Amino acid sequence: MKNAVTNSIGRRIPQKAEGLGRFRPFGGSFALVDAGEEIPRNAPPMRPEQPSRSKVRKSLREAVERSGLQSGMTVSFHHHLRNGDALLPMVLSELEAMGMSDLTIAPSSLTGSHDCVAGFMRRGVVSRIFTSGLRGEVGAAVSRGELDIPVIIRSHGGRARAIEEGSIDIDVAFLAAPSCDPLGNISGARGKSGCGSLGYAQVDAAFARHVIAVTDGMEKYPLPEPVSIRQHQVNSVVAVESLGDPSKIATGSTRITRNPVDLRIARNAFQLILASELLAPGVSFQVGAGGSSLAVASFVRNHMRTKGVKGSFGLGGVTGYMVQMLEEGLFDCLYDVQSFDASVRDSLAENPRHVEIDQSLYANPLNRGCMVHNLDIVVLAALDVDVDFNVNVMTGNDGVLRGASGGHSDTAAGAALSIVVAPSFRGGVPTVKERVQTVVTPGESVDAIVTERGICVNPRREDLLKAASKAGLPVMDIADLKRDVERLTGLPEPLAFDETRPVALVEYRDGTIIDTVYRVK
Amino acid sequence: MKGARRSMLYIPGNNPGMIQHAPVFGADSILLDLEDAVSTGEKDAARLLVAHFLKVMDFGALEVTVRVNGADTEWFEADLEAIVPCGPYAVRVPKCNGPKDVQKADAVIKRLEKEHGMDEGSVMIHAMIETALGVENAFALASCSPRVDALTLGGQDLTADLGVPKTREGAELFYARSRVVIAAKAAGIASFDTVWADIGDNEGLLEETRKVTGLGFTGKAAIHPGQIEWIHEAFRPAREDIRKAERVVAAADEAKRMGRGVVAVDGRMVDAPVVKRARRLLDLAALYLCETEDPS
Repeated sequence: MKNAVTNSIGRRIPQKAEGLGRFRPFGGSFALVDAGEEIPRNAPPMRPEQPSRSKVRKSLREAVERSGLQSGMTVSFHHHLRNGDALLPMVLSELEAMGMSDLTIAPSSLTGSHDCVAGFMRRGVVSRIFTSGLRGEVGAAVSRGELDIPVIIRSHGGRARAIEEGSIDIDVAFLAAPSCDPLGNISGARGKSGCGSLGYAQVDAAFARHVIAVTDGMEKYPLPEPVSIRQHQVNSVVAVESLGDPSKIATGSTRITRNPVDLRIARNAFQLILASELLAPGVSFQVGAGGSSLAVASFVRNHMRTKGVKGSFGLGGVTGYMVQMLEEGLFDCLYDVQSFDASVRDSLAENPRHVEIDQSLYANPLNRGCMVHNLDIVVLAALDVDVDFNVNVMTGNDGVLRGASGGHSDTAAGAALSIVVAPSFRGGVPTVKERVQTVVTPGESVDAIVTERGICVNPRREDLLKAASKAGLPVMDIADLKRDVERLTGLPEPLAFDETRPVALVEYRDGTIIDTVYRVK
Repeated sequence: MKGARRSMLYIPGNNPGMIQHAPVFGADSILLDLEDAVSTGEKDAARLLVAHFLKVMDFGALEVTVRVNGADTEWFEADLEAIVPCGPYAVRVPKCNGPKDVQKADAVIKRLEKEHGMDEGSVMIHAMIETALGVENAFALASCSPRVDALTLGGQDLTADLGVPKTREGAELFYARSRVVIAAKAAGIASFDTVWADIGDNEGLLEETRKVTGLGFTGKAAIHPGQIEWIHEAFRPAREDIRKAERVVAAADEAKRMGRGVVAVDGRMVDAPVVKRARRLLDLAALYLCETEDPS
């Protein structure tokens, strides 16, 4: 790789790339904050239109034509409809039919319903991708080097920051609107495609040059509260038959795992939380929806109920489990940037203490105060980790992109206690590596890695190590865990990459580059 | 506590995914099963797999027992031939009706220990009682060989033999349980109670385990890792009992230091068995240092 430099965690990163400009190397979790620079903020232009009682356009094409969108511009989408989203494919097909090419797409993430993007890449419709997640067909195509310009992978907070500072300069935002009125007031809490919070889309609506709401749930004006995005930010409204598959948008409530290994991991994590003494009145908490993470929530909930501990707030991607905790009075408030299931959506619509927050308030590290920085405890998953506590949630054991940065690095940096839970091996491959292929979250922001075989506390956290040892927890050195697991599994052959060819760059939340993903051989 | 044996987790001998995780579930001991958990077509595969795991895997402090097929089956000798040289803590012999079932295993194990240069008597035997005849011969089974280190009760087969249903309350097993405990105590060995089959009913498991610890069982079998913490909970000493035991042990230590033969606690005389029980209770209590108070 030409013009490469080494960042503060020893990863080689390019200083610039064709079509992307120049980069700064990662220099530490809060290095840029410490530098204290003032960073200019992008603002969308005002383009007045004659007063009107309806912004409803006859078709998506008409709305696109009014937007002035052209080849080479940037379009954005949100992924609140998750694996059920049909809007992104619908819009890209329409833009292709209109003869557009060389577009930059900046979805908040790409999900399992976006395999078609690989085709749009190959046909030149899409030439740049900014996203949090890459998986399936698209992840494989990018990993094979099918896109000339590297993908930029951002965390949720990093995306909000990039949009606000103009690194992502959205020309037209296409916002799936589960319920919407003719003037463009939008809610995610109702409608057949109701998905709950529209926290990611709120940032697009605030900063895009032009905003098109696409709905399959038109309601009369004015749209009842809660309203996620208001009319002054929306240019056009388009009604379509369907925004996607409701069964994949709001899935049934998430169940606590019964997998004994996951439960053992969760119990270890819970005991570490207890040892940290953070699970006290006023605690704030975020936990993912994965097997072990959600099980940790069940231990926490049980403890709070039996000991009468009342927390302050729950945050994040919200599961039905957190909603139950809110309803039981275990938290004062739930702040929701993304809702994971149908019960969460309904709670958002009905419970005033369940509050929708946007992506910037959630995690942008450079604004005047994001909520991840107020977290006491976060429990996160991982694909793999390394002896320096770096975490990969992006590339699989085959080196192919198959994950999402999400709020991982944001919450790890912000929370007083960040715990990464993972089984010590998966499919016969150890989870603890000498060096993870792709760093998404730097080890300096991870306090502990918890597996079924033991708890590895980051040596930077002497206090936590002491507390865990005093509580009699199964604490072990991460190098010992690695060795024990390798005794069981053996050591996989190292992967071969084409290190002259970066296919994706992982941006840390502050905009610096933390790692490079190379073409798989 | 060295040699804690509150729980014994059953792991099917043909399930490598479970065996590789055996040490992580928090059980005091595990049982790798070649008998009922393995269908007849898979007996050879399971035997090879378990023997391999015993050779290569570090089970740490975990006590590992292997349940072989019964002395009256075609697999019995082959199981012992493969397993004993790997040095498990013990071999569990199912369906022991009388001393000759144990002695048959004893003789084969003795020969194998010799052939493989192992210390004689290094592999123990757990005699499993799961017939009416076995219950009647409980003390004879417990005392027929120095290898016999525990009696275990198999409730499913026993109720089948008795021709009665196994109930949640377990009245039908009361006599057999009492008999097994007394026999084991009389022989100075451990006793394991039968499994609780309903993995969805942990409250029932907790209740039953409290009952059998009350009878004197030293441990209980678990058929799912999720049952372990509930079994341990049933063995958890009450806080006031721990405090009392601490006072007893402190008084005993003090008496010893002062060269007094008589120990008094709270104005009452305490004799040697009470001190011994108090020490055991404190050892048991130490196991709960890193376990949370309420399973969920």
